[in-house]
Amino acid sequence: MSFRQAFWDEPLITEKRSAPDEPVDLADLVPAKIRRERLAIPNLSEHDVVRHFTRLSQMNFGIDTGFYPLGSCTMKFNPKFTEELAALPTVARIHPDQDESTVQGSLRLLYELQDLLAKIAGMDAVTLQPAAGAQGEFTGLLLAQAYHRDRGEERHQVIIPDTAHGTNPASAGMLGFDLVEIPSKDGRVDLKALEAAAGDKTLALMLTNPNTLGIFEEHVLEIAQIVHDAGGLLYYDGANFNAILGRSSPGKMNFDIVHFNLHKTFTTPHGGGGPGAGPVGVKKPLEPFLPVPVIGLNGRGYHLNYDRPKSIGKVRAWYGNFALLVRAYAYILRMGGDGLKEVSERAVLNANYVRHRLDGVLEVPFGGLRKHEFVASAAKLAATKGVRTVDVAKRLMDFGYHPPTVYFPHLVEEALMIEPTETETKETLDGFVEALTKIVKEDPALLHSAPHNTAVARVDEVQAAREPLLSWRMAKARERRPS
Amino acid sequence: MLSAMGVRSVEDLFADIPAAVRLPKLDIPDGLAEDQVVARVTSMLAANRTVVDMPTFLGGGLYDHFVPASVRAIVSRSEFYSSYTPYQPEISQGMLQALWEYQSLICELTGMDAANTSMYDGSTALGEAARMAHRLHGGRIFLVPRAVRHNRRAVLANYVLGTGLQVREVDYERESGMLDLAKLKAALSPDVCGVYVENPNFFGRFEEQLGDIRAMTDAIFVVGVNPIAQAVVRPPGDFGADIVIGEGQPLGTQMNFGGPLLGIFACRQEHIRKMPGRVIGLTRDAKGHRAFCMTLQTREQHIRREKAMSNICTNESLLAVAAAAYLSVQGANGLRRVAAENIRRAKELAVAIDAIPGFTAPMFHGAHFNEFVVRRKKGYEAVHRALLAKGVHGGLPLARHLPELNDAALFATTGRHTPEAVRRLLSALETVR
Repeated sequence: MSFRQAFWDEPLITEKRSAPDEPVDLADLVPAKIRRERLAIPNLSEHDVVRHFTRLSQMNFGIDTGFYPLGSCTMKFNPKFTEELAALPTVARIHPDQDESTVQGSLRLLYELQDLLAKIAGMDAVTLQPAAGAQGEFTGLLLAQAYHRDRGEERHQVIIPDTAHGTNPASAGMLGFDLVEIPSKDGRVDLKALEAAAGDKTLALMLTNPNTLGIFEEHVLEIAQIVHDAGGLLYYDGANFNAILGRSSPGKMNFDIVHFNLHKTFTTPHGGGGPGAGPVGVKKPLEPFLPVPVIGLNGRGYHLNYDRPKSIGKVRAWYGNFALLVRAYAYILRMGGDGLKEVSERAVLNANYVRHRLDGVLEVPFGGLRKHEFVASAAKLAATKGVRTVDVAKRLMDFGYHPPTVYFPHLVEEALMIEPTETETKETLDGFVEALTKIVKEDPALLHSAPHNTAVARVDEVQAAREPLLSWRMAKARERRPS
Repeated sequence: MLSAMGVRSVEDLFADIPAAVRLPKLDIPDGLAEDQVVARVTSMLAANRTVVDMPTFLGGGLYDHFVPASVRAIVSRSEFYSSYTPYQPEISQGMLQALWEYQSLICELTGMDAANTSMYDGSTALGEAARMAHRLHGGRIFLVPRAVRHNRRAVLANYVLGTGLQVREVDYERESGMLDLAKLKAALSPDVCGVYVENPNFFGRFEEQLGDIRAMTDAIFVVGVNPIAQAVVRPPGDFGADIVIGEGQPLGTQMNFGGPLLGIFACRQEHIRKMPGRVIGLTRDAKGHRAFCMTLQTREQHIRREKAMSNICTNESLLAVAAAAYLSVQGANGLRRVAAENIRRAKELAVAIDAIPGFTAPMFHGAHFNEFVVRRKKGYEAVHRALLAKGVHGGLPLARHLPELNDAALFATTGRHTPEAVRRLLSALETVR
C-alpha cells in the first residue's frame, strides 16, 4: 500500500495574528491587588480555529485512518453509536453532586455495568471509580493492603515478573511497596523463582495472563496456589483481557483482584492518550474495602453508599469516567456473551495468523501458541544489516501502518510487539505482512532515513530531552538567550 | 486463514488454556442490534434530570459553562480521538502540536513555564503535587486549607500513602473565608515541604493573600485554580507559585456526571524533571523542520518503572485538546468576558438571595468568583428538599465537607442560567424561608 500523510506548515495558535484586546471593566468585580490586566491568548476567528485543528488532525493517525497494531494497547474499532450515546444531554449535562433522586438513570447504568463486568471477570464486586488502568492498579494494591491489615498483617512486597507492564512496578513503587522482580523461563513465570520469592511478606503477585509475550501462563493455577499458600493475593492486570473474553476469566484462574482497561477490551476511544477507565473487580473477601461511594439498590431505588467503615476512601473525585462507562456498557450490550466470545476468537486467530505469516521474515522468540499478540525481534536484522527495530517501525509508516509497540517487553531484544485485534480483516493483515516482508529486504539506507511519507521526517527526540522546550513561553525565552 | 496456518479449528488455538480454567460460556445475555442498544440506553438515561430540565446551582469544582459547538466538532475528529498515545511522533504531529499548544496556553493562564498533558482530575493533580513537593523539598508535612472539598481531600490522603507525608490542615478565617494566616504561621516549620492554597477557594472567595503566603515560607508553594477565573485574576506565577493545579473541566468539557475530567498540572522550569505525567517538547526533524515529540520520558513508568515520578500512563489528553480548542475559540476577549459575566451574575444572585428573610448570602465577606456560601440559620437540609420538590436543584450542602457549615450550602452560577431559572430559584426559596 502507498501512503502519504498530509503536511501543513501550520503555525502555532500563538503565532497567528490576533484581533486587538477589548477592554473589560473589572473595577467592581476583582480587587485591584489581584486583578489581571492582560491575558496573552490570541483573539482569532472561529473559522480559523476550526481550520487550524482540522489541519492538525490531518497530520494525525488514528484507527479510523489505518491499521494500528500497537501491542498491549488493543487498538480495535471504536463503534460510532457509542459516541452518540455519550453525547446525550442525559449523560453530558448532569452534575455529579445532584441529588440521587435526579440521577437514577446514571446510577442504574453504573449498577448494571458493575454486574456485567463482575460476571465477565468472574469476580464478586466491582468499583468503577479508577480513571485508567494504572489507577486501577493503585486501587487494587490499596485494597490488598487494607485486606491484609484487617487481618492484622503488614505485608509490603509485590512480586512482578520481568515481562510486566511498566505501570505494575510504578504503582507498587508509588505506594512505597518493595518490588520483587522474578525472571521468566521460556517466556513464562518461573515457578521455582516464584516459590523462592513468595513468603510472609508477600502482599500480592501482579500478573497479566496472557502475558506481554502473548503467551498464556498454563500453570496459572499452580502460580495462584504458591501465592495463596504464602498468604498473598493475586492481582490480574487486565490489559490483555481481550485474549480470553468468554474463554476463561481471572476469577476462574483464582485471581483475587482485577483491573479492566475499558479503553482497550471494551473499546472506548483512546483519545490520543486518554481518557480511559480502569474499573477494579474483587472477590468477596475484599469487597468491604472498595472505594466510596458504592452504588447500592434498595426499595427506594439506586443510591450512593458512603457508610462503609472499612473502605480505602477515594482514588479520584466522584464516581469514575462516566461518559466512558456509558460507551463500554453499550458495547457490552451490543456484543453480549456470544459476541464477546467471538471477540477473543477473532483476536487470537488474527494474531496467530500474522505470526505464522511472518515466519522467515522476522524471528519470533519462544515457541507455541500465542493469544491476542506476539513479540517479534529484529535482532538478526540488526546483526546482519545494521537495521534496528526503530528503523523497521519508522519505515512501516511509509506504507500507511502505525508501527507496533517497540522495545517492549525488555527480555526480547529489538522487540516488535504486534497486536492486530479482532476488528481487522484478512486483507488488512495480508497487506501488513507484505509490507514487513518487503521492508526487511530493502536497502538499509532507506530504512535509516525513514519515514519519508509522514508529515515530518524522523524527529530528533534526543534534542527534545537535552533542552526541553515545553511551552511557547520557554521557547521564546530560549530565542532571547544568546546561544 | 486456518488452513494457511495448518490449524483445523479456532478451538485448537486455545489448546494452551487448561480445562480447569475454561469457561463454558459467559453468563450474560446475548448481543442486541445497534438500534436496540441505543433505545435501551437512551430510555434508561431518560430517568435522569439534566440541568436543562431542572435549574441547578451546583458548582464546587465542576461547572455548567457553555461549550461552543466548534470544540465538540474538533474533538470529534476521529484522527484525534481514535489515536493512541503519540509514541511515534512522525505520524502523530497533529496530536503532539495540539497538546503542546495546550501546555503553552495553560502556562499563559497560570504564569508557569511548563505544564504536563494532564492528570486524571483536579483531585489527583493535588495528590501528585503533594508528592512532587515532597520530592523537591524533602520535608514530611504538606499543608492544605481545611476548607477543601471532601473528595479532593480524600484522594490526597491516598496519594500520599507510601511517601511518609503527613497532611495537616490550616483553618480559614471566619469573617472572610480566606486562609487564616495566623494559623498558617503556627503550622509552618522547616519540615513543611509544601503549602497548598486555592484561588478562588472552596467558598468561591478570591484568595487575596497569595503574595503574603509566599513570603511566609520557603516550602514548595502549590496553588489550585479555576482556569476560567485565571482570565481576570493575576496568575499564581506572579506570586511565586512553584506548582499550579486545577480542575480543567470548565475549559470546554461537559460535566458528564463527574467524568472524564481534566487535571491541570503546571510548574516552574527548574522543577520539570521532578514533574509527573506526559510532556510534549519542541524539537526538529531530520530535515530541520519544526516538530514535536513526547519528552523527558525517563521520569515515566515505562522507562523508570518503580522509580517513576508517577504510575500515570493513560491520561486525559483528548480533554486537553478540548481545552486548547476552547481557549483558542474564546481567545483572551471571550474568556475575560465569560469570567467577568460569571462574577457579575454570582454577585447579583447573592444579593437577591440575601434579600430573602432568613438567608445570608454571601456568608463570607469580600470578592467572589462564580459561587458563594448561602446560610440559613434555621438549617439548610429542609431548603434542599423543598427546592427539589419544586423542580429546582439548589447548591451543594456543606455539612459533609465542614460540620460547622451544616446550615449552609455552596451556590454557583455561570452564564447559562436564564432569568427564568433564577426567578424559579428565588420564588422557591421564598416559600421555605
